[in-house]
Amino acid sequence: MSKRKGNISHQPLGECISQVQRILRERFCHQKLTEGLEGVEAQHKHLEELLRRSAVYGESNSVLIVGPRGAGKSSLLRSVLQELLQEKEVQENLLQVHLNGLLQADDRIALKEITRQLHLENVVGDKVFGSFAENLAFLLEALKKGDRTSSRPVLFVLDEFDLFAHHKNQTLLYNLFDVSQSTQAPVAVVGLTCRLDVLELLEKRVKSRFSHRQIHLLSGLTFGQYLDRVRAQLSLPDEFCDSRFAQEWNASVKTLCEDKSVQDVLQRHFNCSKDFRSLHMLLMLCLSRVTLAKPAIKASDLLDVSRLFLADAKTNMLHGLSIVELCLIIAMKHLNDVYEGEPFNLQMVHNEFKKFLQRKSNSMYNFSQPVVVKAFEHLQQLELVRPVDGSPKTQREYQLMRLMVDHSQIMAALQKYPQCPTDIKQWALSAFA
Amino acid sequence: MVVVALGAPGTILRSMSDRTERSRMTGLLEHPGYDEERLRRAAEQLSCRELQAGMLLSLMGEPQQYCYPSIFIYGHRASGKSHVINVLMKELELPHATVSCVECVSVALLFEQVLHSFFGCDVASLLPRSPSLTDFVRIYRQQSPAQQTRYVVVEKAELLRDADANLLPALLRLQELVEDNVTIILLSEIVWDTFRPNTGCFEPLLLHFPDYSKVELQQILSQDRHPSYSAELYSFYVNILLGVFYSVCRDLRELRHLAALNFSKFCEPLEEGKVKETDTHKLWKNIEPHLKKAMQTVYLREVSSLQWEQMQQTEDETGAPKGLSAHTHVELPFYSKFLLIAAYLASYNPARTDKRFFMKHHGKIKKTNFLKKNEKTTNHLLGPKPFPLDRLLAIFYSVVDGRVTPTASIFSQISSLVTLQLLAQVSHDDQLDSPKYKCAVSLEFICNISRTVNFDIMKYLYDFL
Repeated sequence: MSKRKGNISHQPLGECISQVQRILRERFCHQKLTEGLEGVEAQHKHLEELLRRSAVYGESNSVLIVGPRGAGKSSLLRSVLQELLQEKEVQENLLQVHLNGLLQADDRIALKEITRQLHLENVVGDKVFGSFAENLAFLLEALKKGDRTSSRPVLFVLDEFDLFAHHKNQTLLYNLFDVSQSTQAPVAVVGLTCRLDVLELLEKRVKSRFSHRQIHLLSGLTFGQYLDRVRAQLSLPDEFCDSRFAQEWNASVKTLCEDKSVQDVLQRHFNCSKDFRSLHMLLMLCLSRVTLAKPAIKASDLLDVSRLFLADAKTNMLHGLSIVELCLIIAMKHLNDVYEGEPFNLQMVHNEFKKFLQRKSNSMYNFSQPVVVKAFEHLQQLELVRPVDGSPKTQREYQLMRLMVDHSQIMAALQKYPQCPTDIKQWALSAFA
Repeated sequence: MVVVALGAPGTILRSMSDRTERSRMTGLLEHPGYDEERLRRAAEQLSCRELQAGMLLSLMGEPQQYCYPSIFIYGHRASGKSHVINVLMKELELPHATVSCVECVSVALLFEQVLHSFFGCDVASLLPRSPSLTDFVRIYRQQSPAQQTRYVVVEKAELLRDADANLLPALLRLQELVEDNVTIILLSEIVWDTFRPNTGCFEPLLLHFPDYSKVELQQILSQDRHPSYSAELYSFYVNILLGVFYSVCRDLRELRHLAALNFSKFCEPLEEGKVKETDTHKLWKNIEPHLKKAMQTVYLREVSSLQWEQMQQTEDETGAPKGLSAHTHVELPFYSKFLLIAAYLASYNPARTDKRFFMKHHGKIKKTNFLKKNEKTTNHLLGPKPFPLDRLLAIFYSVVDGRVTPTASIFSQISSLVTLQLLAQVSHDDQLDSPKYKCAVSLEFICNISRTVNFDIMKYLYDFL
């Protein structure tokens, strides 16, 4: 069953599965581009035009690409660059500097990185510069080399742009935008950020030098387009080694997307978030279940994965608590119900627990105070209970705390709790302690 | 994950027709990309965790393929997270770097350890004095790209939240930043929601390792049986142990420690020849009170494990060592005891009731004002209240029999009570004219003290009227 001998263009099933895994993993994990991103043609055209004007005609430009996390900002930029770099003129002349706000936490570090990426270390050498501006001007001057009389166009890509706005005096941003406004070297500054209010973060002098050009990637996808996107992401390209397998695979993907239960699951995910990244995570989990024995993605896979995805983390953690800790959580829940969410301390919780024990006259859970304190400390360590920011000088038993788990999570956890004693369940469900 | 497997029996039956699926159920790991012999060896060491290991393996995929850039594994302590990862990495010989955030107090240590594990100490020494993320990424990029997926395993990842704000988002995106086939695996006890930075980050794949059930705990604990006794005897012992401790503690490490400590006591009657192995009832009767005592002492770390073992050997009840909390009972001088009693009364009685308790002729006090309104205001639940020094002295003079002259020795005793942390100073150190204090002892402690001076404190406490 596992090996199929066929024509030259056919591969054994194991090899096909391996190729499928490789291609799809590159797509989901490594964000390799598929041909043509649907839904962003207008933005694509705008950005391409802008960058072409900088690269070919020597115009200076600045633009910000704004969109929520996972909307496809980096992929958009990468696809535009890929297209542009196919032209010979652009490929020979354009210099690229890629900066990331997470890595270059300081303007000084950023300047060193720029120097390094433009390969100008030997030019700069040990020169001492007075200011950032002088240094940057010198760098750009140094690019006036070679046969062309004008300097080469430089593309600055600033990832996590909002983090650069937190640097001291926003020196880097000021200088970059300054250069892009003046007619010296042709410079294109492209910033990518997830914050919609990024312009508020800029200082007045920086903002005035910025061209206020923004490209928004706020997806207005409908559910139908989302389904198409799912199908496109899962489909194999035409150049796949075994064309028959690829056809079968694409057909199974098509039937999968038309399945009603699958559409319900995808609708639920669509309602939570429409972006690429959560879709990729979901599809990655489905892909990991494709094996030699089961060479296709089935509807049951998607259902299982979705259940895993949407499972509540705190409910999972509550499942593993010991009985004493669970009783303390229920006591805290009752205190929250009666006193409407006011913070409590350990003495109150222990008192509540003792009241329950008195009612039940069950000596099985009659634990001494130190054991209860240890259970409470374990809950604190798991951050299911957090102290209210008060003075740490109070005694341990009297420090005010809040419960970080809510009513529905506790009830859900109790349903799944293994061998939960019935009297504890009834205590939890009773309206008044 | 256990919920997913049990909640949809239909789906499992449908795929049960395949040999590999059946073998997955019986606990073997299978994957085309890895050597079968190594997988078998790994599966032997991972009892009760086959499902999670299988899922992890299928996510990891074949060695030269990409894996998801970041995976976050969460679960209780001793639920096997580090164990599964370490066994997989070691048996399958995958290139990995294990970092514990407890050790890496600065990011430099983290970077050094990662570079050292992947590329050797020559590359690790290229890091400058106080490296930043950009240095790390730059040096990494200069190295040769990976032939197979590299893994960075970060234990106790909750400490990353307290590090530099850029570190966690950058680590989650490491695959993208260094443009290499590397995956970062974060292990933690705390759920992911508290890790997320304000403006968001690259969300990792969340994987839950559920706690072991009672049956699984029994299975794992029975594995370290003593060679000179039979397996049934040991599993019977483990059963008793779980019966006493399971409702209090589910941590595998603690249970293993307790099992190891108490086994010799369990086998004592067997060695002395008083009972045979099949006399289960007698063995149970022998060990159960012992385990209950263990819960009060060793489990709470009142006595150390060494002291516990010595106690078992001497069998002498009178020579029982004092637990840690016994050492908090200090012998105080006469007036200090009364000062402490007065401080307790001042903390836990509301000020308006002082007249009723401590004056000889208090006159009529309306009962309705006096009695408690509702239970919440019991001061013993809310904690001690601060009181000024004058109030303390006033109560002190009325509580002590006989005349006391207010000499400096009385005031110095108050300071020494503060040093002993039986009183806590609430007001600022600079405030000299009317300092405020709070009483920091428990009811039990103060009852013991008042018994030694023949003072009935219960009569004077408002909450116990």
